[in-house]
Amino acid sequence: MILWLIPLFPLIGFLLNGLFGRRISKSLVSVIAVGSVAVSFLYVIALLARIWPVATPYAEHDFTWIQSGFLQIGFDLFVDRLNTVMLLVVTGVGLIIHVYSIGYMHDEDSYYRFFSYLNLFMFFMLLLVLSSNLLLMFVGWEGVGLCSYLLIGYYFREDFATNAGNKAFIFNRIGDFGFSLGIFLTAITFKTLDFGKIAAAVATMPIEAKAGALTAITVLLFIGATGKSAQIPLYVWLPDAMAGPTPVSALIHAATMVTAGVYMVARVSFLYDHAPVAMTLVAVIGLFTAVMAATIGMAQTDIKRVYAYSTISQLGYMFLGAGVGAYSAGIFHLMTHAFFKALLFLGAGSVIHGLGGEQDLRHMGGLRRAMPITFYTLGIASLAISGFPGFSGFFSKDAILSAAYTNAPWMFWIGAITAGLTAFYVFRAYFLAFFGSYRGHHHPHESPRIITIPLIVLAILAAGGGFINVPAWLSPQLPMHGQENGTAMAISAAFGIIGIIVAWFLYVARPSLAESARNALGPIYSLVFHKYFVDELYQGAVRKPVEGISRLVLWRGVDENVIDNSFVNGLGRTIRGWGALLRHLQSGSIRNYATWVFAGSLLVIFVLGLVGGLR
Amino acid sequence: MIALAIVLALPLLGFFAILFAPRESKISFGIAFAASICAFFASLGLVPPVLANGAQFSSVINAAWIDSPGLQIRFHLGIDGISLWLVLLTTLLLPIGIWISQSMILERRRSFFALLLLFEFGLLGVFTSLDLFAFYVFWEIALVPMYLMVGGWGASRRGPIALKFFVYTMLGSVLMLGSILYIHSQAGTFDYVELMNALASGRVFLTSRQQLLLFLGFFAAFAVKTPIFPLHTWLPDTYTQAPAPATFLLAAVMSKMGAYGLLRYSITLAPMGAHRCADWVIVLAIIGIIYGALLALIQPNIKRLIAYSSVSHLGFVVLGIFALDQQGADGAVYQMIAHGLSTGALFILAGYLEQRRQSMEISDFGGIATPAPKLATVFMIALLASVGLPVLCNFIGEYLILQGAAIAHFSWAVYAAIGVILSAAYMLWMYQRTFLGKTNERNQGFADLAGREWAPLIPLVLLMVWLGTYTQSFLPSISSATAHLLDQSNMSNEYRVQLVVPSPNAAPRLEVSDVR
Repeated sequence: MILWLIPLFPLIGFLLNGLFGRRISKSLVSVIAVGSVAVSFLYVIALLARIWPVATPYAEHDFTWIQSGFLQIGFDLFVDRLNTVMLLVVTGVGLIIHVYSIGYMHDEDSYYRFFSYLNLFMFFMLLLVLSSNLLLMFVGWEGVGLCSYLLIGYYFREDFATNAGNKAFIFNRIGDFGFSLGIFLTAITFKTLDFGKIAAAVATMPIEAKAGALTAITVLLFIGATGKSAQIPLYVWLPDAMAGPTPVSALIHAATMVTAGVYMVARVSFLYDHAPVAMTLVAVIGLFTAVMAATIGMAQTDIKRVYAYSTISQLGYMFLGAGVGAYSAGIFHLMTHAFFKALLFLGAGSVIHGLGGEQDLRHMGGLRRAMPITFYTLGIASLAISGFPGFSGFFSKDAILSAAYTNAPWMFWIGAITAGLTAFYVFRAYFLAFFGSYRGHHHPHESPRIITIPLIVLAILAAGGGFINVPAWLSPQLPMHGQENGTAMAISAAFGIIGIIVAWFLYVARPSLAESARNALGPIYSLVFHKYFVDELYQGAVRKPVEGISRLVLWRGVDENVIDNSFVNGLGRTIRGWGALLRHLQSGSIRNYATWVFAGSLLVIFVLGLVGGLR
Repeated sequence: MIALAIVLALPLLGFFAILFAPRESKISFGIAFAASICAFFASLGLVPPVLANGAQFSSVINAAWIDSPGLQIRFHLGIDGISLWLVLLTTLLLPIGIWISQSMILERRRSFFALLLLFEFGLLGVFTSLDLFAFYVFWEIALVPMYLMVGGWGASRRGPIALKFFVYTMLGSVLMLGSILYIHSQAGTFDYVELMNALASGRVFLTSRQQLLLFLGFFAAFAVKTPIFPLHTWLPDTYTQAPAPATFLLAAVMSKMGAYGLLRYSITLAPMGAHRCADWVIVLAIIGIIYGALLALIQPNIKRLIAYSSVSHLGFVVLGIFALDQQGADGAVYQMIAHGLSTGALFILAGYLEQRRQSMEISDFGGIATPAPKLATVFMIALLASVGLPVLCNFIGEYLILQGAAIAHFSWAVYAAIGVILSAAYMLWMYQRTFLGKTNERNQGFADLAGREWAPLIPLVLLMVWLGTYTQSFLPSISSATAHLLDQSNMSNEYRVQLVVPSPNAAPRLEVSDVR
């Protein structure tokens, strides 16, 4: 079966809707957009049925893409066990979210624009997942970044949306700076960018040649991952990215695109395995991102921002897993996270839709009666992300934490405490929205079925997804090193449950306690509420100085004054000055000319005599 | 051979036809457009032989021009895998330039069209000459009409700016002429192919010192034209003051003259000079990349912003050439074409904006995407190409250049890649302030792209995608030509180093063998 058809279907959807969407009806736009993704999804299933159980990679070479000197980069796609998981998540969750969007975006004017961007995103994401070399993966990588930019800035008349879009693109570019340098270094080291060939070369590489180059490559690639997957220090774009429509937040900024960094690290795990320093870096960055984002999430009042910080935090877990060598646990969590986080966002979208656009938790409350389906499905998602035993997040998070324990117990403890924080802030949002009494003005109502059915489907996956044994499926490719650790599981589950109980106390049983706790914490609360002032730091320490120096020093100073005025025009002035002097020679008086001719002749004779020309 | 003769003759014939035809601007437009579009179709005939062998010169014209004893100047022209694509870029963009002039140039159009054709003739000669003297003549032929266009049809400060452009470029050219004459004095010929053979066989010898001077002479002309930091200050002024079609051609094709010269002549005729100076040139290129980008970041004027972005992008081209490896050279040629397409499209669109608003200040725009969504979309595509987004043309060029630079010296790629980050920043901020946000009162009725305005954009956008996705149509021929060129450069370089180093006692003068 042909692999390039998988991304081609959404690409066709993009072209049709992008070129003709303005002139055709909304229902036709939906049919094209959703249909193209559905066809992709079914095609993936048919393909997997054909090549089951994917014991060896199924590869195809379509055409030579770039050839220059020793470099030969093909348009090569392949399917192995690792990207099987990704393909199913991307097309499956993608399809659900496309269906949901029909209902959610129904009243938008540029409906076709939204769907064509969404289809374009699917194309690039599938290309990223399917590609069997680094550069083609980078194409998908940059492409999804573009779609993210376009969709964050979907409401392009609003400054907050366009600012958020720019921020996302530029921070991703900073990450891609690292990624591209990683690609250059890989090409230099291995003379190829093909995953299979690199893996083979690593296996036969002399050990002393490995350490330096592989550490540099993996660290550079990880910089790329911190951009795309919103890790320290490049995570700041993701909370702002919530300016995009909610289905975008669910699909791109929770379930698929932001997990690309984790997928990439797992994809080149054969490099990371030989670069222990880089592995430690990945694990530590992941862990600290998880804690940091969780603490910020506790103080946010916008429901989508709460979930955005939780996405950053959960991505941190995935990197922790990858960093301690449990790549398959990271991918497992990637999958369950796609289910429950997509559900959280779509549920939040349902709330926002039902409240006429309200996103502030302070203006919600008591919605459980008005929106029962949203209430139950969001409840399942919240339990899943909290790692409540039996729900999907429990299995995947514990796979990561067990592996972390084997690696270094302190990592486990921080991770487990973070699990408690996660449960706390997710349920804080849940209780603020659905319990207590209604504090808003808009009349709340349950969403239509086109919205609730996707919620129910995702709820089933979020509840039961943990029983899909991803680590076992991946074990031939990405073996788990650590053992399942019963104590670790129990401890982290206990932390989660404590978090839920504390949240229940503060926001349902004794709401006044939350207020006094906040006041008691004072400056700490303010620090967390303002997201540790990182945005302000970047703005003040990077953007302002760069602009100021560029404007005052480089433009007005160097370019206009030094180079142009002093040198270029200065040279011109000097020449003009000489010209003005010499002009006096050209007086028009024959007598003057004769004098000059005479003087000149004397000079010539003198000089020639001096150099010995006259003999 | 006939194809090349036709391609070259058509613009010149058109030029004379306009001079003698009735003074009606419709007729002169018809002549100019017909001549240039026919030249384009004729130039397609140059493609097959180059695809068959990109390293060899094909479609060669070789006739005596000035044939006196001691001074032989030949009308020797030919096409290889490097010049082919620049010729096609020229023949494609000229009809486009003529097309947009129709609406953008309002007075003395007859002369403007005539100058455009003369300009095309000069450019084509520059990209195909295989005789150094002929090259020099074409080089100046291309300069004069551009000077007249800027000076005659430009904005308010056109006079001094056009003069600055002219004098600046002339100063460089004179130094190049010095180099050309010097080569002639040493080798007795202006013929590029003969020179290459003579240098390769060792029949003509130039010491390292001689080559350094030679290199610097050529470099002066090419560095001004490209431009390379710090010789760039004529560019933002000229781009801003020039009438829109002239800016378009300056940025899209004329800037390639310098880069082409660097690749074709500097590194082959003075390989030791080039190898000795490469590090310094690359330092300047990298400064140009970052400096141009930083200045683009804070420009309040759209044309000036794109102008500085060009300084940055052309820095990449120079970086690729002086990385002196296969990937770098391939990337440089690819980037020349890609930059021609993407920046060309950006300047056409800037011209449309200027036409509608009579201003290029970003602050006069804002929210244009609402009344003019098609214009905004095409601008976005050209912008994405310009910032090197994959699937569009510049990505391939930038990737190969940076890869080549990284192979030569990893830290070069690190510094240069900063320019890639900045390009996203300055372009997106400009786009945001121009096209996004709420539309103010004055821009409510902003007209969207009209049918005739689409015409030049569609081929450019299609080519951006083609070059970005299927490089096999272009890259193999480029690669074989650059490989040949680098071979010559490296071989001559190493050959001389071997010859010179083992005999330190020999006086340098003895190494200069005189063919006469």
